[in-house]
Amino acid sequence: MTANAARDQAPPARKLSLNDPIVRGIFYQILVMGAVIALGWYLLHNTLENLSRMKIASGFGFMSRESGFEIGETLIEYSPASSYGRAILVGLLNTIRIAVIGIILATLLGTIIGIARLSSNWLIAKIASVYVEVIRNVPLLLQLVFWYSLITETMPGPRQAYQPIPNVFVSNRGIKFPLPVESPVFDFMAVAFLVGFVATILVWNWGKKRQAATGQTLPIGRIGLGLIIGLPLLVYLLGGAPTALDVPEMKGFNFVGGGAISPEYSALMIGLVTYTAGFTAEIVRGGILAVPKGQWEAAGALGLRRGPTLRLIVLPQALRVIVPPMTSQFLNLTKNSSLAVAVGYPDVVSILNTTMNQTGQAIEGIALIMAVYLTCSLSISAFMNWYNKRVALVER
Amino acid sequence: MVADAQPAPSERPPATSVGPIGWMRSNLFNSVPNTILTIVAVWVLVELLPPFIDWAIFRAIWSAPEGRVCKDAGGACWAFVTEKHRFMLFGTYPFEQHWRPLAAMLLFVALILLTCNRNYWKPWLGLAWALGLPVVGILMWGGLFGLSYVETSFWGGLPLTLFLAAFGMVFAFPLGILLALGRRSNMPAIKAICVAYIELIRGVPLISLLFMASVMLPLFLPSGVTIDKLLRAQVAIILFTAAYIAEVVRGGLQAIPKGQYEAADALGLSYWGKTRLIILPQALRMVIPPLVNTFIGMFKDTSLVTIIGLFDLLNATKTAMADANWRGFAVEAYLSISAVYFVFCYFMSKYSQRLEDDLDRATKR
Repeated sequence: MTANAARDQAPPARKLSLNDPIVRGIFYQILVMGAVIALGWYLLHNTLENLSRMKIASGFGFMSRESGFEIGETLIEYSPASSYGRAILVGLLNTIRIAVIGIILATLLGTIIGIARLSSNWLIAKIASVYVEVIRNVPLLLQLVFWYSLITETMPGPRQAYQPIPNVFVSNRGIKFPLPVESPVFDFMAVAFLVGFVATILVWNWGKKRQAATGQTLPIGRIGLGLIIGLPLLVYLLGGAPTALDVPEMKGFNFVGGGAISPEYSALMIGLVTYTAGFTAEIVRGGILAVPKGQWEAAGALGLRRGPTLRLIVLPQALRVIVPPMTSQFLNLTKNSSLAVAVGYPDVVSILNTTMNQTGQAIEGIALIMAVYLTCSLSISAFMNWYNKRVALVER
Repeated sequence: MVADAQPAPSERPPATSVGPIGWMRSNLFNSVPNTILTIVAVWVLVELLPPFIDWAIFRAIWSAPEGRVCKDAGGACWAFVTEKHRFMLFGTYPFEQHWRPLAAMLLFVALILLTCNRNYWKPWLGLAWALGLPVVGILMWGGLFGLSYVETSFWGGLPLTLFLAAFGMVFAFPLGILLALGRRSNMPAIKAICVAYIELIRGVPLISLLFMASVMLPLFLPSGVTIDKLLRAQVAIILFTAAYIAEVVRGGLQAIPKGQYEAADALGLSYWGKTRLIILPQALRMVIPPLVNTFIGMFKDTSLVTIIGLFDLLNATKTAMADANWRGFAVEAYLSISAVYFVFCYFMSKYSQRLEDDLDRATKR
């Protein structure tokens, strides 16, 4: 009897069995981990063997060698005598230039089209929805090469270039426009712009504190405008207002001097912006529709005018819906800018592609492409997550 | 007399509030800004549309022996498309054998259309696929029944685009579901692997994966083993799309109330039984629209194989334009294949809307 009771009380001995969920879980995990590690080791082993067989030196030593190729558009000084590393940096800056400007323009265009689709004007709403349907259902790559051939094939040659504004030339070599001749005044203007920007933020914060304490509002829009635009303007006037222009001129077969927007850049920018705008338009439309009409009416009942209603009531609620999908559109635009290789714009992928072809360093090249885009993606999503947290609903 | 009195006939509504005029007043000119917008839009349309129609239809040349004839006419040169449509549609596939990819493609599309109708989801449909796919394969590859053998490197055009997209979907879908389940798993190692895979793939552009497939994959394989270039691109597309599908499916999994999981556990279902019978049917239904969007995106993304030199619809068209006799008609060529892509994508998005409505009707009372 006592023996029986003891047997009832003793916990059943844990047996190492696959029927135990914990054991099973560990078993499966070890199995999967083992498979992944084995696969990785196998691939690595093959790669090392292949590399030694084909006598390809691995490593990033090639980065300091002379590149020997021209790059059409550079933001920093570059010549074929520069190193591969510098060429890649040029490409990286070109990618960032496309991505940043593209994101801003696509957001603006997308917002306009999204609002247009909701317009009570039948014609405007129809045009916007046809735009969205067409743009979203045709591959981006096709649109890019379409814009590129539209620009290079249907635009006149440099000699017959259009002149929509005097001294601005539009031809199949891109858009050429006059630029102010370099002068230290412009550097000071840039500094003044930054100072104005920082000052605006400081004044804004002070204004918010004052409003919280006293209830008095500050005309921050006008003050900010004055600081951001007025300061550089003041510096410009104090610096003697240099007006000398570097005007593009026809010399031989092409233009010399002035600033230029290349057909490659234009095609890529137009393609990326119009394509992404088709998607952002739908996001904006969804966000606005997600704010109930009662919110507008309640704001009206509180005596708010239309502007403050939009800014203080509707937009903060719409943004909550808009921000997460918008983030992924921004990421898509950045990643899609890699299609530059198809129109010949020297972005980081197309330069690394050339580098891979010249040096045979495929693994390093691909690794660099992936590293660049992962860094871009992670930083954009980190920023947008921070922003999303700011606009998100504060819950208990 | 009084009884004879007729009620006065009701007056017609004012002409300005009904009919076309009334419609225009309420939809186009209902406020000052709207009137201005309408006028601007009409002006833009009048500026753009008639010249475009004139170019595309009235002054267009529909057939011509060579490109110079078109250049003189000044209109659209659809003659280029008439002349080159077979190369654009079938790429470098041997010219006299073009009926084979055409037949294969028609059979394939017919099978897909049949599958789109949920009334036909019966055993015979599976049989049709089981019979149809080998026929498609035999038609494309040949080497049997007196058909000459055609290597995949000669495949091209629309069939290639369709196969890349269709097989991409078929294989990426289960892989994506597995990844999504893995990401929701409570086994840390499996979860970590899935998260790393999904985030890594979603963080890089497809083009880098395609480059990887074309230049790096040969390095990964033991010497002597080679994989067909088409297959490598297909694998890259599958691996890429699976990560996106995984995120879409995860959204659906997260939306399932916890009670469903617990109820399934209470019934004594195993993990896979629970997933297959309770969780996935609900989760997948919820994510149909984003899933179809992913598929549409992938269909469009197959055009990227152009960059690694496969002759899909886009690259075949670009190659057709290289003919010295037909220089300078890129706009016409691109417009016509845009129409092809548009038809497929538009069909998919309309189908997803219908499917969504059908499934909604089942749950909404």
